[in-house]
Amino acid sequence: MTHTFLLEIGLEEIPAHVVTPSAQQLTERVSSFLKEQRLSFEHIETFSTPRRLAVKVLNLADQQADIEEEAKGPARKIAQDAEGNWSKAAIGFSRGQGMTPDDIFFKELKGVEYAYVNKFIAGKKAIEILSGVKNAITAMVFPTMMRWGSNDFKFVRPLKWIIALLDNEVVPFSILDVKSSNVTKGHRFLGNDVTIKNADEYPKALVSEYVIADSQERKNLIVQQIKDLAAKNDWKIIVDDDLLEEVNNLVEYPTVFAGSFDRKYLEIPDEVLITSMKDHQRFFYVQDENGKLLPNFVSVRNGVKDHIDTVIAGNEKVLTARLEDAAFFFHEDQKNSIADYVERLKKVMFHDKIGTTFEKMERVQLLSAILADYLGFDEESKSNLKRAAQIYKFDLVTGMVGEFSELQGVMGEKYALIMGEKPEVATAIKEHYMPISAEGELPQTTVGALLAVADKLDSIAAFFAAGMIPTGSNDPYALRRQAAGIARIVMDQNWSLSAVQLFNVVEKNAAANPELYRKISPADTEAEVTTFIVERIKKMLEVQHYNFDVIETVTAKTTNGFKEMLEAARVLKVHSNDKDFKDTVEATTRVLRLAKKADLAADVQLKPELFENDAEKVFADRVAEMEEKNFNNVEEIFQVLRGMRVVINNYFDETMVMAKDADIRNNRLYQLSLYASFAYKLGDLTKLNVK
Amino acid sequence: MSKKLALQDIILTLQQFWSKQGCMLMQSYDTEKGAGTMSPYTFLRAIGPEPWNAAYVEPSRRPADGRYGENPNRLYQHHQFQVIMKPSPSNIQELYLDSLRALGLDPKEHDIRFVEDNWENPSMGCAGVGWEVWLDGMEITQFTYFQQVGGLEVRPVAAEVTYGLERLSSYIQDVNSVFELEWADGVKYGDIFSEPEYEHSKYSFEKSNQEMLFNFFDTYEEEAKKQIKNGLVHPAYDYILKCSHTFNLLDARGAVSVTERAGYLARIRNMAKDVAKAFVAERKKLGFPLIKDEKLRQSLLKEDK
Repeated sequence: MTHTFLLEIGLEEIPAHVVTPSAQQLTERVSSFLKEQRLSFEHIETFSTPRRLAVKVLNLADQQADIEEEAKGPARKIAQDAEGNWSKAAIGFSRGQGMTPDDIFFKELKGVEYAYVNKFIAGKKAIEILSGVKNAITAMVFPTMMRWGSNDFKFVRPLKWIIALLDNEVVPFSILDVKSSNVTKGHRFLGNDVTIKNADEYPKALVSEYVIADSQERKNLIVQQIKDLAAKNDWKIIVDDDLLEEVNNLVEYPTVFAGSFDRKYLEIPDEVLITSMKDHQRFFYVQDENGKLLPNFVSVRNGVKDHIDTVIAGNEKVLTARLEDAAFFFHEDQKNSIADYVERLKKVMFHDKIGTTFEKMERVQLLSAILADYLGFDEESKSNLKRAAQIYKFDLVTGMVGEFSELQGVMGEKYALIMGEKPEVATAIKEHYMPISAEGELPQTTVGALLAVADKLDSIAAFFAAGMIPTGSNDPYALRRQAAGIARIVMDQNWSLSAVQLFNVVEKNAAANPELYRKISPADTEAEVTTFIVERIKKMLEVQHYNFDVIETVTAKTTNGFKEMLEAARVLKVHSNDKDFKDTVEATTRVLRLAKKADLAADVQLKPELFENDAEKVFADRVAEMEEKNFNNVEEIFQVLRGMRVVINNYFDETMVMAKDADIRNNRLYQLSLYASFAYKLGDLTKLNVK
Repeated sequence: MSKKLALQDIILTLQQFWSKQGCMLMQSYDTEKGAGTMSPYTFLRAIGPEPWNAAYVEPSRRPADGRYGENPNRLYQHHQFQVIMKPSPSNIQELYLDSLRALGLDPKEHDIRFVEDNWENPSMGCAGVGWEVWLDGMEITQFTYFQQVGGLEVRPVAAEVTYGLERLSSYIQDVNSVFELEWADGVKYGDIFSEPEYEHSKYSFEKSNQEMLFNFFDTYEEEAKKQIKNGLVHPAYDYILKCSHTFNLLDARGAVSVTERAGYLARIRNMAKDVAKAFVAERKKLGFPLIKDEKLRQSLLKEDK
């Protein structure tokens, strides 16, 4: 005989994004509870609405599995005296197991005989065990937890009711003052309390009380109603999965309805309309067959069709008020020119320890110009970049962005086009914010990409120079995200740029234009800034599952390009199983270790006349060749190192580097450091573990 | 809805409703503030172990939201109807819905939703968990279980229900602009508030004396700190409110940069935290008189001595 067990917890409205994960969590916790309790079951069904989380366990065993096992007691010599009388220890042991000494038998374990009894624990009835499910509920954790009333207990929202029902029998327990029962609540406004006579009746018994407890079924109802509406009106209703999920978890009984707004608002950019509908009101927006936005929206009511006209009118009124605001800003904003806005940025503080937003744009304009030269941009790109960098923050002081801050950049692009800027310039304005998140989309145009890099570089350098360096979880200006953004863009654009190069550009700019850096001096922050940026590369490599030592190796030199760091990690991984890999690495690290000891004057030169053997000459010749060829491809560099290992080994066989004569010693150390600086293009191989 | 309720009828209905639920009807507090939460009847009374049930209208000034009386929904000063109940009653949501029914809003005829909105006021060290309540897509109420106020854990938890009176009334009276609302028979909201809205907007955005305001802030702060030291909680709190409003005026004027902003907010927060602690200490000295359960009162008085 098997049973159905129903557990439902009723709550005040759970945050929409928490509903589904919480229902899964409850399922997992109940499942592990049953497993721990040796109560077998076939399957658990999960239910959730904004006001309830429920699980229904199907074919639950009538009782726990029995336990049969041997219990080990004292050694024989302790359990019995010479005459075979039971000692106190033996009597105590058997009693402790619920038996008598007559049940004891002996068994050898590692040469010693021990007393044992055969223990048998009969499984208890499910009904006796199930009240323990209470702990599965109270152990739940949520992204935000709260207390209520006079309790210290924390949960996602106040707990209102609990159903715990084994077939038709209530499993008794209580949490705070809520006692388990077989009574649940229907829809907040349309339904009545429902007594669930048997667990099998769930969730059907709720339907007549206007609750669809199966979230997938509820979602299907929404999708179907949306489809019907689209077919009826010849609409394309854009159903965003996240929005659908959210809306589904805001209702217990969905009724889809459509509303409209005045056609005149369609002149407002689509992004603004969509933000208003989707993000602010949780509406689905509507397009015609050509993808053109229509003056309609679709929403979902928590309830039935009765009085739906009131609901539609209310929603239309709210949306219209928002669009009226947007239209107002859209018109007002166009009364000014980009130059007016840029002028206003002179009064807008980027940060009071750093300067104005206008000054930031000035710095970025110069930084991006230096970088564009370095990267060999053509004249047209340079001129587009220059224009974009002159104005790219102007939309921050428009009314629209003041109201819809999430549209920064987006409105910049729109207004730039309206106000006669070139499309390349407008796109760069939008793209300079990218990537917006860790995995976010990257700029598509090179002008946008470079502006994005320069803007982020300036922010990082400026905040570091002003002493506002992120620590732990404290990164209020999202500098880590910006550093990661720089690295991702540089790699995506296939630019060869290192953290040190980027920093040098800032330093050069600061030296040439002190008035733009009047409040900050980046000069002393090279190590911090470059390490900070390279730290992001490390994270990327971690995500790609490189070993710690590989990551440390390839990121050790902040003069190496980001792209080259990633490539080096790949090369080291690819070759790690080559049979001469270990030799190659060891030969190289021998050089590196000694080279690190070199403490040489800056103007030192190699003096072949100080060579004492052929191996030194060969080594010197090969290094000179390498310098001439100026390798930049990481794979090639590795191959060169591999090719050098015999030369190096010979060199060390023949040469005593730390010679007594200081001139000879320094000449050799210098020779080694020349090679080291070549090998460093791969990273610092002394950090690599080779087996 | 047969006859549309005037705004003052809405206030009267809510007052009547909540007084029946055991709330004391307090009056608006006479120092400028940005929200009903900042009235000492909420901010201070939410802290500490004593029960507190109160309801009141609070004119709330938000200089940056001023629109010269030209925007149909944005106001320099709007009115909140504030309910605070500590400990939070287990049927607080039902009570709230009944209050809507008392206003003639039958939930069956509308779409009412509780949408997650965890409220925070970092400048006052406050955090709570709750919802904004949507009536046919319009946010009409903020509903919060206070977890922290003035940096202190709120124990027992207080539930706060804040109705936006203009929004709620616009819905009930079905007008598109708050200035069209009927405040009392034959008197429109605009008749009363258009002029002050214009003047306050003009003042906040264009005419305010920034130097004076910066000085005021410093002076008020100094006085607040001094009075906290003297154990004069309520005068100290008044000056904290003045700091907060002065800061809001400066902020509206665009006189405060992004970081300076953080700095000023931190200064207000520190005072709010200090005054919160001082308030609990003073109530304890008085013996937590609002606790009627003698045993509980005695045990709380003994705590951490």
